[in-house]
Amino acid sequence: MKLAVSDLRAWYGPAQILFDVALDVGPGEVVALLGRNGAGKSTTFKAIVGLVERRGRVAFEGRDLGAAETHAIARAGLGYVPEERRIFTELTVAENLEVGRQAPRPGAPTWEPETLYRLFPNLSEMRNRPGGRMSGGEQQMLTIARTLMGNPSLVLLDEPSEGLAPKIVEEMATAILAMKREGLSLLISEQNLHFAKLISDRAVILERGRVRFAGTMAELEADETVRDSFLAM
Amino acid sequence: MDFLVVQFLTGLAGASSLFLVASGLSIIFGVTRIVNFAHGAFYMLGAYAAYSLTERWEGALGFWGGIVAAAIGVAAVGALVEVTLLRRIYRAPELFQLLATFGVTLVVQDLSIILWGPEDLVGRRAPGFRSSISILGQQVPSYDLFLIALGPLVLGLIWLLFHRTRFGVLVRAATQDRDMVAALGVNQRWLFTGVFALGVFLAALGGALQLPRDAVSHTMDLRIIVEVFVVVVIGGLGSVAGAYVAALIVAELNAFGILVLPQVSLVLVFAVMAIVLVVRPYGLFGRPEGPPRTGTAGLIRPWRPFSGGERIAVAVGLVAAAALPLVGGSYLLSVGAEIAIFCLFAASLQLLMSAGGIASFGHAAYFGLGSYGAALAAKTLGWPLPAALAAGAALGTAGAALFGWFCVRLSGVYFAMLTLAFAQIAWSIAFQWTSVTGGDNGILGIWPPPWAGSPAAFYWIALALAAGGIAALRVIAFSPFGYALRAVRDSALKAEAVGISRRAVQWTAFVVAGGFAALAGALFAYLKGSVFPDNLAIPLSVDGLVMVLLGGVETVTGAVVGAVLFRALTIVLMSYTDYSKLVLGLLVVVLVVAFPKGVVGSLQGLRPPWRRAAAPPVAVPAR
Repeated sequence: MKLAVSDLRAWYGPAQILFDVALDVGPGEVVALLGRNGAGKSTTFKAIVGLVERRGRVAFEGRDLGAAETHAIARAGLGYVPEERRIFTELTVAENLEVGRQAPRPGAPTWEPETLYRLFPNLSEMRNRPGGRMSGGEQQMLTIARTLMGNPSLVLLDEPSEGLAPKIVEEMATAILAMKREGLSLLISEQNLHFAKLISDRAVILERGRVRFAGTMAELEADETVRDSFLAM
Repeated sequence: MDFLVVQFLTGLAGASSLFLVASGLSIIFGVTRIVNFAHGAFYMLGAYAAYSLTERWEGALGFWGGIVAAAIGVAAVGALVEVTLLRRIYRAPELFQLLATFGVTLVVQDLSIILWGPEDLVGRRAPGFRSSISILGQQVPSYDLFLIALGPLVLGLIWLLFHRTRFGVLVRAATQDRDMVAALGVNQRWLFTGVFALGVFLAALGGALQLPRDAVSHTMDLRIIVEVFVVVVIGGLGSVAGAYVAALIVAELNAFGILVLPQVSLVLVFAVMAIVLVVRPYGLFGRPEGPPRTGTAGLIRPWRPFSGGERIAVAVGLVAAAALPLVGGSYLLSVGAEIAIFCLFAASLQLLMSAGGIASFGHAAYFGLGSYGAALAAKTLGWPLPAALAAGAALGTAGAALFGWFCVRLSGVYFAMLTLAFAQIAWSIAFQWTSVTGGDNGILGIWPPPWAGSPAAFYWIALALAAGGIAALRVIAFSPFGYALRAVRDSALKAEAVGISRRAVQWTAFVVAGGFAALAGALFAYLKGSVFPDNLAIPLSVDGLVMVLLGGVETVTGAVVGAVLFRALTIVLMSYTDYSKLVLGLLVVVLVVAFPKGVVGSLQGLRPPWRRAAAPPVAVPAR
């Protein structure tokens, strides 16, 4: 397994959000993390990269990162793209990419600004534009490109399609499939089941901080009860 | 006219070193969110180190090498302070770092006296810049012209560093969102250390470059730190260009203020700062602050009134305190009264800081107004003790109402800075309005009438009023108004959405806190029999912050414990050592590291597990 998470618990202050979450991602695999608003998808990602108080096991390429610091986790090759995008608004597109830069990593695709500008053509036209003066879709692309600059072997993508126009969502799906072709493993949280089906091999469903389903997309497709109980609005 | 040009050039020269120090402070704040109170101390160390090195090393190379080496050496000291002290407390509530750097300031003050002696030191003139140049028939020192050129040069170098190097890009990114920078694989520790060392280097360089202009003295740290705070706030925290423009404004105000209105030169700079903040709440070049680093909501334990057992403990404590006259002599009673008064002062500040989530850096203003109100009522109007105490409390309340109206328009560090500015204005008025306040000589002979004059009687009065005041403050914290105040603290937006006016609630809290501080100040005037401008000076405001933070800013009235500890220690240290600041500073540093949640807050953390609510292992990691 590329990433094997088990017994993951997390807290916001006194409130426990995650209860013994377990999930795994194989090499080159795309896994969708599904669930309604507030199910704990974003918190799972933050717990994996150490941005909230957490306990549990996070085995990444055989190393336990369950207690590691955020920067060490990123250095190990685990990239994180937050839902809120968190673009450095004062920095230009090129400078945003520079912040993400890390040395090439054996066993992971290597990215340079030029290759990323080919993957996200919109960005190449605005290299010197401050991040704060970009549209939501452009920011979403920049935040993915910025994480890829660290040459990760696995990327956590938090709600990449959220709040984007349908045309941009399509571009995003294309980009994600391109990342998969490069050999990246991906864990993607989604509320849009249609989008998830488009890109994922397997699915994990969270509800109120607990894993309720884990299986292939085909199995999820077949199981109407699961879809109705944990996904239907 | 020619004279004005020269005065203008003098102002420009002053602006350069002010800018060096301020830009360092601004850069450090931008990335680490630390309001580095020790910045003035590093400035002073830079000047002292440069003095020693340039006295030892000869020639022009020795002089300039000495200046640069001094700045580098002090930067190394700064890096050491960051690694050994600040790094341990980045996760503590924001103001804790301020407290730690204040402790460092105290230590450096005494160390510099030990190492370099109490006398002012006059250093060498700068080789190659000893002459004057004639401009419009007036003589301008060529060293001033050198400084004038240096300011923009350093500004340009900093700009290049921030825009053309990876370090600079990371610094700018971290200024906006440190967690995201960490999630991209950057080890923030070394970034923080690097930024801190850079900021300290600039401060020390500013100090070292003052050598040919001014004598080196052990009071230069506090003199510069207040001016630098003003510069940074006018310019906008985190903005280097803003620091330059603001340094120009402040230096020119100083240069011309002395000519036009020498009496109000002190007030002038602070008045300009107040106006800028009211018009542009984030300074000329600043942007709104990001959310505070610590999610306070996650850190604060649920507050609750005292349980039955705790009530008994408090009652026993009060009875024990009231029994002090049975065992203690008059010295002990006067110490006891002083501690009681400071408990009330600290508790009033805590209402603002803990329930209100707003930290006043100038709370001594209302304490001092209370002192002056009581003193004037007693001396000038001949009012009896109760009426004079009421007059003091009323004056402080009125002052808090006036200043608070401006202050609550801001939030966070800017709020703190504006309260500091108003306190400094109040201090300047007390210092300079000699006909009413007696200026530096103060008002003497304010003694209680015979019925309250014995040490025991006055001690009981002080204890009763302090205990009553603190009880009232607790009641307020748990009243509907207290809930509204805490709602505004936790989320101003949500509170506004349910119909609570942030400004109205915070203003009311400010006035209430000011009123209780003023009552403490009025009592203090009678305890000491005199009032001086010191009663509303910055050190007293800082004492208040220390007491609250020591007690625990997450507690309801932990400040009472902080006040007892801190005041008792101060009084004891003052009488047993010549180096009280050194000991006190070290103590503050040790306490901050040992009790990052304050003494009371940390003790609460030690409650046995079965007494605790179902809680997380520790608080949210805050960065």
